[in-house]
Amino acid sequence: MSAAAQTRIGWASVTPALLWTLVFFVVPFAAMGVASLFPEGASGLSLANYTQFFANPSYWLALVNSLEVTTLVTIISILLAYPFAWILAFVVPERWQRLALMLAVLPFWTSYVVRSYSWLLVLAEKGAFNSALLQSGLLSDPVQLANTRAATIIGFVHFFVMLLTLTIYANLKQLSPNYRKAAADLGASPVQAFIHVILPLTLPGIMVGAFLTFVLAIGDYITPQILGGNNELLLPQLIMMQIGRRGDFASASALSIILMLVVSIAYLACARWLKIERA
Amino acid sequence: MTPRSFYRAAGTALVLILLARAASAADELNALVWCDHSDPNLLKPFEDATGAKVNVKEFEGTGAGLAIVEQSQPGDWDVMVIDSIDVRRGVDRGLFEPLPEDQLPFGDIFPEVVMDAMTKIDGKRYGITEKFGYNTIGFNKSKVDPADMQSMASLTSDKYKGRIAIYDYYLPVMGMAAMSIGKKTADLTEADLPAIKEVLVKMKANAKAVTDVVASQTALATGEADILVGGGEWVTAGIAKENPDLDFSVPKEGAVLWSQSLAMFKDSKHKDLALKFIQYVLSPEGQARLATSSCYWGMPANSKAALNDEQKTILRFAEQPDFLKRAQPYPAPSEALDKKMQDVWTEMLQAQ
Repeated sequence: MSAAAQTRIGWASVTPALLWTLVFFVVPFAAMGVASLFPEGASGLSLANYTQFFANPSYWLALVNSLEVTTLVTIISILLAYPFAWILAFVVPERWQRLALMLAVLPFWTSYVVRSYSWLLVLAEKGAFNSALLQSGLLSDPVQLANTRAATIIGFVHFFVMLLTLTIYANLKQLSPNYRKAAADLGASPVQAFIHVILPLTLPGIMVGAFLTFVLAIGDYITPQILGGNNELLLPQLIMMQIGRRGDFASASALSIILMLVVSIAYLACARWLKIERA
Repeated sequence: MTPRSFYRAAGTALVLILLARAASAADELNALVWCDHSDPNLLKPFEDATGAKVNVKEFEGTGAGLAIVEQSQPGDWDVMVIDSIDVRRGVDRGLFEPLPEDQLPFGDIFPEVVMDAMTKIDGKRYGITEKFGYNTIGFNKSKVDPADMQSMASLTSDKYKGRIAIYDYYLPVMGMAAMSIGKKTADLTEADLPAIKEVLVKMKANAKAVTDVVASQTALATGEADILVGGGEWVTAGIAKENPDLDFSVPKEGAVLWSQSLAMFKDSKHKDLALKFIQYVLSPEGQARLATSSCYWGMPANSKAALNDEQKTILRFAEQPDFLKRAQPYPAPSEALDKKMQDVWTEMLQAQ
């Protein structure tokens, strides 16, 4: 086959994906960018919606809150998911692994909204958590968990531990057992083998899951709205607030572009681990 | 089946579906509504009487509703439920059709909620109030002293610290904050905002949570909070049978009067049906059903609503003349002031 024919086939193969991205990502994103430059009440082009974000501490704080929550969620999820994936990959017998994986991803099967409201019932002052601790005598007064940042983090972690477990498990299963054997032959203890051999080799799986967790959590509106109780605002809540009554799409677009920039920066930070062939 | 016969059958099915849709569209009313209009108990009598199907789409917040309209084709929608203070926004966008006043029961509507200043523009009526109520103090009378609920000062005092939830909607709650320091909701200016913010921050310091509509009701119903700032009959009345201790007060400072209107779209293709729907909703039967909708209860605008005695008691029908006298209108700020009020609300939410 000639080089020209190969090029034509190559273009024919990628054109649907390119068109899809163009129509459903690039064009809407550009439209949002343009909309953000025409603030409500202004007569022409203006950066007012962007300057407002940096000038108003309560707007800026929404981004800080989002970054804090998302970073915590990502770290906690990794710390919980890694041993979970390890147990699935190396401790659970091969014939039970499929069932165990299915059980692990069960939360994905329920509606996101239902899952968040379920957590609200568990964490409420008269919910399952407080009732259990009060009845067992471990608490004398109920603790407030619902409508707090902790509730938002718990709701997120429950979901994203599953996601990270899948990416890390896939990575662990690809590793040849010979790596551990070779490390042991060379005198490494199991802990040393894990830290110096296994962990670096599973870093791509961790980073893929961490990146997905970060992106999905920082853009999520439902969980902080239901579980956080608006005692503080995260960036997606601030974006929705612009639309609710006032329908200020220009301001909402500017805030969305800023959110997109944060996600892009996170991507660049993780890019070296996000190459498809390594994941 | 060969590919050709498959495509032929699929094409025929598609044509039949489109024809069926076109045929049925003539007998359908497309309504952009709040959740109280989705109750089958409200819609079914109208559908049975007219043979028409009412298709409803719910939205929250005028901005979101107007965005749906702007993303639709002219004629897609026939009627819309809208905050009475926002009727003008729809008129300014050229969306609404003037309503025939002589064919609607204006004589039976509580005079205080006719709201000409908001629903009548250039001498033409574009919206008719269908339901109203109060953003005031909702509370559990078994947990708090009802006498304390007669003053908004209780909302910022230490006595109820940690037992309060705040309804997350800036206009009515900022209106309440303004009233608590002796300001009139109709006269608010940017100069009033620092003092209002001070009250809001004190309320927030006392509050356990700032909650949306569903969470507000849940907070009171489950005992998560004993007091709801911005609550009223819209939170307590619908669950009064299960929770008879839930109540609301109109304190000495007054309450913020909320009201929702029905408007007809200028480009509606079913204006006769739309008018019939508005007439039905404003009729004594429609008003009783709307007032006691499963989503939330509220006072019917029509004073002759066919409510039974129990429903009237729950809604405190007999006390309405006094409540209406002491209530102040919903703040209706200009675009610029609205933005500033929302920013103050954002600052309150972010205050720790």
